[in-house]
Amino acid sequence: MTKVRLQHGASAARVLAFGGYQPSNVVTNDDLAATVDTTDEWIRSRVGIASRRLAGQDETVADMAVIAAGKALAGSGLSPADIDLVIVATCTPEVMIPNTAAIVARRLGIAAPGAYDLNAACAGFCYALAAASDAVRAGSARHVLVIGAEKLSQWVDWTDRATCIIFADGAGAAVVGPAGAGSAEPGAGAAGDDEVAPGIGPVAWGSDGNMADKIYISDRNSFIVQEGQAVFRWATTALHPVALQACADAGVDPTELAVFVPHQANLRIIEALARKIGAPQAKVADDIVTAGNTSSASIPLALSRMIERGEISSGDKALLIGFGAGVCYAAQVITVP
Amino acid sequence: MAMTQEEILAGLAEIIDEIAGVPADEVTPDKTFVDDLDIDSLSMVEIAVAAQDKFGVEIPDDQLKDLKTVQDVIDYVGRSSVSA
Repeated sequence: MTKVRLQHGASAARVLAFGGYQPSNVVTNDDLAATVDTTDEWIRSRVGIASRRLAGQDETVADMAVIAAGKALAGSGLSPADIDLVIVATCTPEVMIPNTAAIVARRLGIAAPGAYDLNAACAGFCYALAAASDAVRAGSARHVLVIGAEKLSQWVDWTDRATCIIFADGAGAAVVGPAGAGSAEPGAGAAGDDEVAPGIGPVAWGSDGNMADKIYISDRNSFIVQEGQAVFRWATTALHPVALQACADAGVDPTELAVFVPHQANLRIIEALARKIGAPQAKVADDIVTAGNTSSASIPLALSRMIERGEISSGDKALLIGFGAGVCYAAQVITVP
Repeated sequence: MAMTQEEILAGLAEIIDEIAGVPADEVTPDKTFVDDLDIDSLSMVEIAVAAQDKFGVEIPDDQLKDLKTVQDVIDYVGRSSVSA
């Protein structure tokens, strides 16, 4: 009897480059205080945001994704023809059909890649990065474009001072390719050597549908609702073990981390997580201060901006953790490209 | 064995100092968290979580909102640790 043949991919995957995009429209806390009952001081002390970027009326999730992905692609030195899978993590697609990934691929001139959208809310980028790494290792793709892009502004009630101060728009992207055996790139390791520059460590992930009612949009005509206090309690108590698991699985001690990039949900959550994982050497991403909470875009956006500003270096070990509605969460250690 | 009010107050003051930076000697039973100690709702959550670790008493969010003064927390922890 004929057996179904299997294919083998690279022994490890890595991020080749990041790219980010922020809309040009800067909205300050004072701008919001002009329309809802809030103050700059209140917003800064509760969530740590000073300003955020909002997309223009006609600017779509795909528009933002294309720009961020184009930058990541340029940074990787690859051409569109090299990409054979596009994953867009988003919970705010312009429409449900067609998916955003195929549109983004066409506009970037990537011919006939596998293309799908992935919704794990604010954990979306880390989920997509895990899927991309697995695809490269399994041999179902060689180079993957991973994008987190959101236009949360269209799902926010601009009269609700609890949520409108938090959410924002933007996109971040990464190009993922082989790092270990089977890689044509420099630094590729020998076959079977799992220790060679894995670049993307094992994902520690999960979900808890018991908390589905803590962050939600009830139907297509509704806005984001969030139980801030319950989410804050969860984020500051349940997530550091996940982050530490990702470190343990990658064989990286938290004290060796040079960078910590949690989802940019709230500066107080970020600071609490940083304290609890115990990574004294790590530069902690605080992109939320000027970017707001951009859900699945926040981690790659923060990383691309830290790289641009020269705050982190190639080879640095970075711990990423995404978490949000579902609730869903995912963490992994990566090597900064 | 049940903790005394003084023991709970001392433990609570330590937590509040650590989380909100309020000196322990300012944490007296009659003080309100919001108005007197300038502690917001998110810090209250962190204090509740730390109190759970220290005293073994869970303070859920729906109970937390009714605990306005330091004495309220002392009473809550005292009651719950006795019944536990």
